[in-house]
Amino acid sequence: MTTPLIETRNVGKNFGALRASHDINFQLEAGARHALIGPNGAGKTTFINLLTGVLAPSTGQVLFKGTDITNVAQAERVKLGIARTFQINRLFRGLTVLENVYMAISERVGAAPFMLRPAGKRRDVIDESIELLETLKLADYAHLRVSELPYGRQRLVELAITLGLKPEVLLLDEPAAGVPSAESHIILDAVAALPKSIGVLIIDHDMDLVFRFAQYITVLVRGAIFAQGTPKEIGANADVRAVYLGQATHG
Amino acid sequence: MSAPTSAHEHPAARALAGRHRIRLWEIIPWLLAIAFYFAFPRYLGFGTELLVTILFAISLDLALGYAGIVTLGHAAFFGAGAYTAGMLAFHHIWSEPITGLIAAAVVAGAVGLGSGLVLLRTTGLTLLMLTLCTMALLEEAANLGGHYTGGFDGLPGIDIPPLFGMFEFNPLYPRVQYLYVLGVLFVCFVFVRTLVYSPFGQSLTGIRENTLRMHAVGAPVRVRLIVCYTISAAIAGVAGALWAQSNAYVNLSTLGLDRAATVLIILVLGGYGRLYGAFVGAVAYMALSHFLSKYFPTAWQLGLGLLLVVIALFARNGILGIFETLQRRIGIKRPSP
Amino acid sequence: MIFGIDVASMVLGGLAAGMVLFIVSVGLSVTMGLMGFVNLAHGAFAMLGGYIVVLAMKSWGIGFVPALAVGFILTAAVSIILERLLYSRLYKAAELDQVLFTIGLVFIFISAVTLIVGPENQPLFIPDALRGQLNLGILHYRTYSIFLIVVGVTIVLGLWLGFERTRFGAQIRAAVDNRRMTESLGINIDRLFTITFAFGSGMAALGGGLGAEFLGLDPQYPLKYLVFFLIVVAVGGPGRVFGAFYAAALIGVLDFALKKYLPQGGTLFIYVLTILLLLWRPQGLFGKSA
Repeated sequence: MTTPLIETRNVGKNFGALRASHDINFQLEAGARHALIGPNGAGKTTFINLLTGVLAPSTGQVLFKGTDITNVAQAERVKLGIARTFQINRLFRGLTVLENVYMAISERVGAAPFMLRPAGKRRDVIDESIELLETLKLADYAHLRVSELPYGRQRLVELAITLGLKPEVLLLDEPAAGVPSAESHIILDAVAALPKSIGVLIIDHDMDLVFRFAQYITVLVRGAIFAQGTPKEIGANADVRAVYLGQATHG
Repeated sequence: MSAPTSAHEHPAARALAGRHRIRLWEIIPWLLAIAFYFAFPRYLGFGTELLVTILFAISLDLALGYAGIVTLGHAAFFGAGAYTAGMLAFHHIWSEPITGLIAAAVVAGAVGLGSGLVLLRTTGLTLLMLTLCTMALLEEAANLGGHYTGGFDGLPGIDIPPLFGMFEFNPLYPRVQYLYVLGVLFVCFVFVRTLVYSPFGQSLTGIRENTLRMHAVGAPVRVRLIVCYTISAAIAGVAGALWAQSNAYVNLSTLGLDRAATVLIILVLGGYGRLYGAFVGAVAYMALSHFLSKYFPTAWQLGLGLLLVVIALFARNGILGIFETLQRRIGIKRPSP
Repeated sequence: MIFGIDVASMVLGGLAAGMVLFIVSVGLSVTMGLMGFVNLAHGAFAMLGGYIVVLAMKSWGIGFVPALAVGFILTAAVSIILERLLYSRLYKAAELDQVLFTIGLVFIFISAVTLIVGPENQPLFIPDALRGQLNLGILHYRTYSIFLIVVGVTIVLGLWLGFERTRFGAQIRAAVDNRRMTESLGINIDRLFTITFAFGSGMAALGGGLGAEFLGLDPQYPLKYLVFFLIVVAVGGPGRVFGAFYAAALIGVLDFALKKYLPQGGTLFIYVLTILLLLWRPQGLFGKSA
């Protein structure tokens, strides 16, 4: 068996007396299209935060390609190739769409620390930014400030920044939330167009999207893994239907 | 949908690629500064003070306007620079002015680095408190350093040898001081301008706009902030040293809350994060205070207070911000400076 | 024995000053904890209170204690007007805007007082009953200092009861700990804040009146003591009543002791201590951790 891209061993996180997650053993293989689902408050975003280093786990280990990265800082993990989108947009609202993407790419290619050369002279970074925006159908908005865009488009900018980091592990926290359904396919198309070797983990409440996208599903309930399996297995799992799918119909 | 454009021709790409180019109007402040020299020979003392203040405000703009570090203690670095240049010259250790500036930049930069290393771990009220405390600490140290710093009275009558061995600093006719300060201001401004348009400057703006996102794109946020704070401190130190050299004295006023608050007000008045806000704010503030505060000191303070309240409530982007809004209303398209 | 008396008198003197510091700062601490609002104009309310007390005693001939009550009420009233009209617009604004706004307010207060009353120091004459020395058994000490300590301790106990035993207090505690949660419970935070703000400003006025005897009272007051008020809040932890109490007592005693044994550099030491403490615990001694 090959080493997974990212792996957690018995990871848990406590906030005071509250156990936000515990005993999570999780693996994301190269090329995986994996979904993480669960009712509200199941600890899905906490888990993403543990993978990306926003939070330090209270117990257990996080491994990247077999190396322990439990104590590696967030920015360093990004350099290793772990990138994520946020559930609620975190964008540079006062800057243009192009500048938002420029920021990510300039960090990735190592242009950002340079002080004495204008940002505009890095044509390579600008060109790559524009190309990326074109694949996401955002090029027409490149000159606008993010704050001038409708929320759905801002969601795409969120994705564009993350894709600009060329991650090996891509963590998408409800990428389509707030996107008009007519446009949510842009997000899936963009993810589908990614190199096959990337491991993608998606959190979403939209079951259509999850079942269309995922080859494998992990169900998180009250901070622990409740069930794992292919979409078929999960769809047929009576317990999952009871705790999650049943709830979703009237929630 | 517009016709597909190649990346090079995309208007947004062109705007970004040409953002740093010098625009024609950018020469105006410098022409005005030179015109001032010929037009108002009797006000060159005031003019020198004005130029020093502009430089100080530019240094603050780098930290506050670009990187978003809200500080109430920037005078710590102005004072550190002023005392470095002043003490070196007063005690006859080193009095050549230009190297004095470099020494001031190094010392103020070191103070910025040292304090930045520890206080930039914090944000909000704690950061505000720490900047304030650091400045109060230096002020108290200068007050107590009696023999070296002149204590409460400061160091009077600092002897500065002629610039390049030729141009005498004359306290009554500060022509040389004015041109000297203008020259230094120009060099520092060009440096800061280059910096803010560089990828580094862009990343500072990113930190100001959304720190969490900067972490998530892999930027070493704290290192960037510390570097920015150190550079900003060094430039503030140069401004302080210029102040000490052109006035030929140093005192505790260089380190006080008054000076820190004033430079903050000037920058905000002009518009922060805008490079030229420092110029506009300093001219507006200094001209008003020079004439009003002499004759109506209390009314001046009242007016200043009202102005600050109005700016905070209604005009957060200062004078330049008002112009930009007007421009947009009229419909003139020009990228903001 | 002599040394013991020395220490005791130092502690008493420091505590008296600390109590004034506490009474002035506690309102600032709670409003900062509640709204995260950086109110640099808090000292201006203390000054306003001090002036009202002095002027009310001088021109209306009322006693010290009634004058303190008048100072409390008038200052609280002024603060409600300012809070509703101006402060409330800036709760969601950037920190910098709050800083600028409150500095502007300080300037307005300073110049208004200078224009109306004049730039000179206003002496406060405390009543005869509070002057002189009080026999404490082992030592004689200034009656007024003892009075301040009694008042301060009474207030902190009163606030403690108010916070722990009343519904309103419970709401404030909940809001300091988790604002969003409290709002979602249907508690009107705006109203809560207005009342707290007014009460805190009234307390500042009380402290301004009580402290005028030894802190002096002139138009520069709000800037002169700003750093100390902020240190009390930051060290105690924003939103923490007992934190502010301990911090103020600590700083009062330290300042008193250092002025005596280390007249050069006593203040320096307090700054250094504050910086070290905030580096160790950015949220203050008693603040909630981030």
